[in-house]
Amino acid sequence: MTLTAPTRTMSAESGSGATVELRGVVKNYGSMQALSSIDLVMEPGEFIALLGPSGCGKTTALRALSGLETIDSGSILIDGVDVASTPTNKRDIGMVFQSYSLFPHMTVIENVEFGLRMRKVPKAERRERATEALEMVGLGAHGARFAHQLSGGQQQRVALARALVTRPRVLLLDEPLSALDAKVRVQLREEIRRITRDLGITTVFVTHDQEEALAVADRVAVMRAGRIEQIGTPRELYATPVNPFVADFVGLTSRIPGEVVDGEVVVFGTHLPLLGEPQADGPVVALIRPEDVALATEDAEGAIPASVFASSFLGSLRRTEFLLPDGSIIAVQHDVNDAPEVGDAAFLRLRKAPVAASPRA
Amino acid sequence: MKPSNLTRWIILGIVGVVFAFPIFAMIEFTFRDGLSGGHTLDHWTGLFTEDAARTYRNLFTGIGNSLLLAVVTVGIVLIVLLPTMILVHLQFPRLKRVLEFICIIPITVPAIVLVVGLAPVYSVVVQVAGGSIWTLAFAYGITVLPYAYRAIQANLDAVDMITLSEAGRTLNANWGRILWHVLLPNLKRGVLAASFISVAVVLGEFTIASLLNRVNLQTALLQIGSSDPYVAIIFALLALLFAFVLLLSIGRIGQARRTGSDS
Repeated sequence: MTLTAPTRTMSAESGSGATVELRGVVKNYGSMQALSSIDLVMEPGEFIALLGPSGCGKTTALRALSGLETIDSGSILIDGVDVASTPTNKRDIGMVFQSYSLFPHMTVIENVEFGLRMRKVPKAERRERATEALEMVGLGAHGARFAHQLSGGQQQRVALARALVTRPRVLLLDEPLSALDAKVRVQLREEIRRITRDLGITTVFVTHDQEEALAVADRVAVMRAGRIEQIGTPRELYATPVNPFVADFVGLTSRIPGEVVDGEVVVFGTHLPLLGEPQADGPVVALIRPEDVALATEDAEGAIPASVFASSFLGSLRRTEFLLPDGSIIAVQHDVNDAPEVGDAAFLRLRKAPVAASPRA
Repeated sequence: MKPSNLTRWIILGIVGVVFAFPIFAMIEFTFRDGLSGGHTLDHWTGLFTEDAARTYRNLFTGIGNSLLLAVVTVGIVLIVLLPTMILVHLQFPRLKRVLEFICIIPITVPAIVLVVGLAPVYSVVVQVAGGSIWTLAFAYGITVLPYAYRAIQANLDAVDMITLSEAGRTLNANWGRILWHVLLPNLKRGVLAASFISVAVVLGEFTIASLLNRVNLQTALLQIGSSDPYVAIIFALLALLFAFVLLLSIGRIGQARRTGSDS
């Protein structure tokens, strides 16, 4: 698929973002609690990603915000006004769905005009605004086509234009890229980020892809079992995860047995600072990132003997898994020119970066 | 393994002959000249004489009644069944099986049994709504349920109506506008199929009308068949042709949609 560079001409003035607040939002499905008192504040124009594994409640939170799901308690405020009992069509939101949601009986331009038509915008104006929105997503020449004549990426671009053309206060994106192939996904996510930044619209982006979340969001909320485990900038989440779940979910980690001694984690004799809440002395599993491990020589301080277990070429770098003396496996990212063979002996060194750890049974 | 083209044509040919033979026999019969053994156009041309309206008054009444019943029955399908199915599909998916079961029941109940149950019901219907022929459409609304349900449900399952309706809601449309602008255009095929099948079923219905002492196309054909079998067969043929055109139209709608999708 050829992606043309979008021409951004759409006015930002009335599409400026709103403050969005979720306060103690609870949603139950029978005996299962999908959202357990969620609190979240989004500043105007902020791009927030809800990240978590399947079933963690991220889509439910988004749907509660859109009004497609009712909530059992709590409040949802948009610009300070509680909209928890306001129907979806009156919340002034735009939404892009995971599955292709273009109306199949309408042309692309008719799809984009739909929201304006429902708002009784005069025909000439809505045609002009729809054309402008399509140009914004780089599909100005595709107005006469039908949805089935577009690729998946193009359909999601049209869905984005359709969601934005009404200049909503909040844009909700429910895994809009998950059905696309990897290359288009990366291109489109960057385009979404640029457009939302240009329009200054408050955006909530649901994804289970941590790389996607870290790449586009101003802040990321990591969710588990209906709760927000941590919310912060991508850098904060990566560098200072509050618990092992966040450390494990955000970025790649190796689970290596260690020991908490006097507030530090000792792994193969190397003392590492402990992230998060202080823990009592005792055995733990330390979560070590690949970039905190380096290849070393035998005489280096704290060198750990290891043997190559597996090695993968990743393009710009190589990731190799080493078997440690205790049987655990640790991943290391290193120069692509070092190409170890399976079974090769090597020495590793742990950098003194803070690590998350969870008690070991 | 797919059957070869030859096998397909043989099967189609045999089935075609089985169906076509009695139809050709009926056509041939309408041209017979009494017991003389010759053929004539008199039975056909006789329909257009000045006396025809008087002679076949009961038959024309039956045709009028059947057409009225077809319209009211389609109305019942569109006003009662269609919104119910959309509501269940979008809002109460757990009730889908129950609705399906209810809609399939009439196909398992013989018409004669249905009439036994309907007779006391109609004694009340007559008191409330009068004895007009259109009230028979309440019974027909039940008999067409299995066919109309399948046609609409197939369409509901083929299009992601839930996402489309949710997209409509996020684009400021209320439920009425979603139904009109989003759902119905995408249910056109199923709705038309359900309507045409309902019309075909109503035009062919005899048992209920006969046992409830109402005049429709089929009861009128039986009645006229005893005095003028040629005209009875002519109108039976025309009714068959009408039903055939309706069913072909359903096929054309489906074909048009597939062609559009492939373009």
